[in-house]
Amino acid sequence: MARELLKGNEAVAEAAIRAGAVAYFGYPITPQTELLEHMSKRMPELGRAFVQAESELGAVNMVYGAACTGRRVITSSSSPGSSLMMEGFSYMAGTEVPAVFVDVMRGGPGLGNIQPSQADYNQIVHGGGHGDYTPIVLAPASVQESIDLTVLAFDLAEKYRSLVVILTDGSIGQMMEPAELPPMAPINNETPEWAVDGNMVGRERRFLSSIYLDPPAEEVTNFRLQRRWQEICANEVRYKEYYMDDAEYAVVGFGSAARAALSAVRAARAEGIKIGLLRPITVAPFPTKVLDDLSRRMKGLLVVEMNSGQMLEDVRLATSGRIPIEFYGRMGGVMLLPDEVLAEIHALATGPLTTEGHPRDRWLARMAGKN
Amino acid sequence: MQTEIIVAGFGGQGVLFAGQLLSYAAMDEGKEVTWIPSYGPEMRGGTANCTVIISDEEIGSPIVRNPMAAIAMNLPSLDKYESLLKPGGVMVVNSSIIEREVTRTDIKVVRVPGNDIAERIADKRMTNMVLLGALLANLPVLPIEAVEKALKDHLPERHHRLLPSNYQALREGASYIAQPVA
Repeated sequence: MARELLKGNEAVAEAAIRAGAVAYFGYPITPQTELLEHMSKRMPELGRAFVQAESELGAVNMVYGAACTGRRVITSSSSPGSSLMMEGFSYMAGTEVPAVFVDVMRGGPGLGNIQPSQADYNQIVHGGGHGDYTPIVLAPASVQESIDLTVLAFDLAEKYRSLVVILTDGSIGQMMEPAELPPMAPINNETPEWAVDGNMVGRERRFLSSIYLDPPAEEVTNFRLQRRWQEICANEVRYKEYYMDDAEYAVVGFGSAARAALSAVRAARAEGIKIGLLRPITVAPFPTKVLDDLSRRMKGLLVVEMNSGQMLEDVRLATSGRIPIEFYGRMGGVMLLPDEVLAEIHALATGPLTTEGHPRDRWLARMAGKN
Repeated sequence: MQTEIIVAGFGGQGVLFAGQLLSYAAMDEGKEVTWIPSYGPEMRGGTANCTVIISDEEIGSPIVRNPMAAIAMNLPSLDKYESLLKPGGVMVVNSSIIEREVTRTDIKVVRVPGNDIAERIADKRMTNMVLLGALLANLPVLPIEAVEKALKDHLPERHHRLLPSNYQALREGASYIAQPVA
């Protein structure tokens, strides 16, 4: 198929349709609305379900219900709306049903603004709903990757009976880039052996719930979730490296921040600085082993994010204080620009570097008087 | 090698479409391209703008602090982007509604009476095409034929009767050539 010029949000919606999504439930919120809008047009056209719910709470619980049938189902929102959906995600995790969720992050906390941000990293990757569960989290950096990861998200959701989140932001959602959509996949109407379909003739009753009033039974479920997560960590880590072959330093960033970093790394390379870029594609599971390895052979790392250093903590955990780390971030819907990252690369490459103290403290000190 | 272009003006002047057209042309020429709009509340009444980056390789940041070129369709756009252009860059000024001169001397300045030309040809809604033509004639990023082809290929069939006047707008704009930078 030929490349088309596609907007990130619309590309995700169309990719989900082509991956065989039979139902979308959602509620409008900028900068995500084009996704819902595309679904509102296309899903009825194809005889599939589209519901604009009365709120994000309504939408997420419709997703929960549809997911219990084992069919491909998706919802999307942006930061404040995502917060409202968290209860539902926890229930889905406890019930072990597959679903795909797209979070087009914007500036916060609170109502914040509608500009791009990465400040929901902790919420999505580490927190969100209550209880001991971790969703698979995919972080695209382009329109093409948004498409590819949306298709992958449905496969992973089914394989692991897990929530899979596409963690993107207003910049990738609003931008247009040439990209190629996959062909239309046939819809799978088979009911998986765990799912409910309202028809128990000739088989045992199936019951889906997140309620385990007996703690030992709940613990069995928790162990199953944890062992499944172990398997996901072993099999599903994805990342991309740029200019890393002879690199002495590396920038680490995901999504939009990694794109600003890529421009900066190229500029630094042109100046002769041996620096590369590591871009986690799965932020959960996190590429811990790759960072462990880098921490044993690099001179220093620079973590860049459009937040206050949330992924930074995962990088620190993976590198166990073995390597000097610096951090640079912008917050509140302010986009990271390549020249700022380049200035940080210059500082990294000229030292002095330390493994003492916290990179966030040094960043806050550097930002004093600049904002 | 990448080229960054800002198209800026009032909402309704066809700023976003001009950028998209450029992006379609770049894609069809086999280039990498990103188009990103301003989408904040400033779109109502203030300046709307989009950034188009055209490159031969995977594009990093979709926005830059210092673009290579800008089309200023109104005065606030000129005020905002004049100081940000890279030295040697190209500034296309819609002189029909921007009276002031450009003060920088290290950039190429193309003053084009966009509204006047567009109205003479057909309709002031073609001002964006006139200014895009002027940009392409002064910035070696894409041939004007590529944009004409993109118009034909991506404009819905029902608008194809407007193609000849759009081509004329692009061509008349392209007749404005900037003085070389001193």
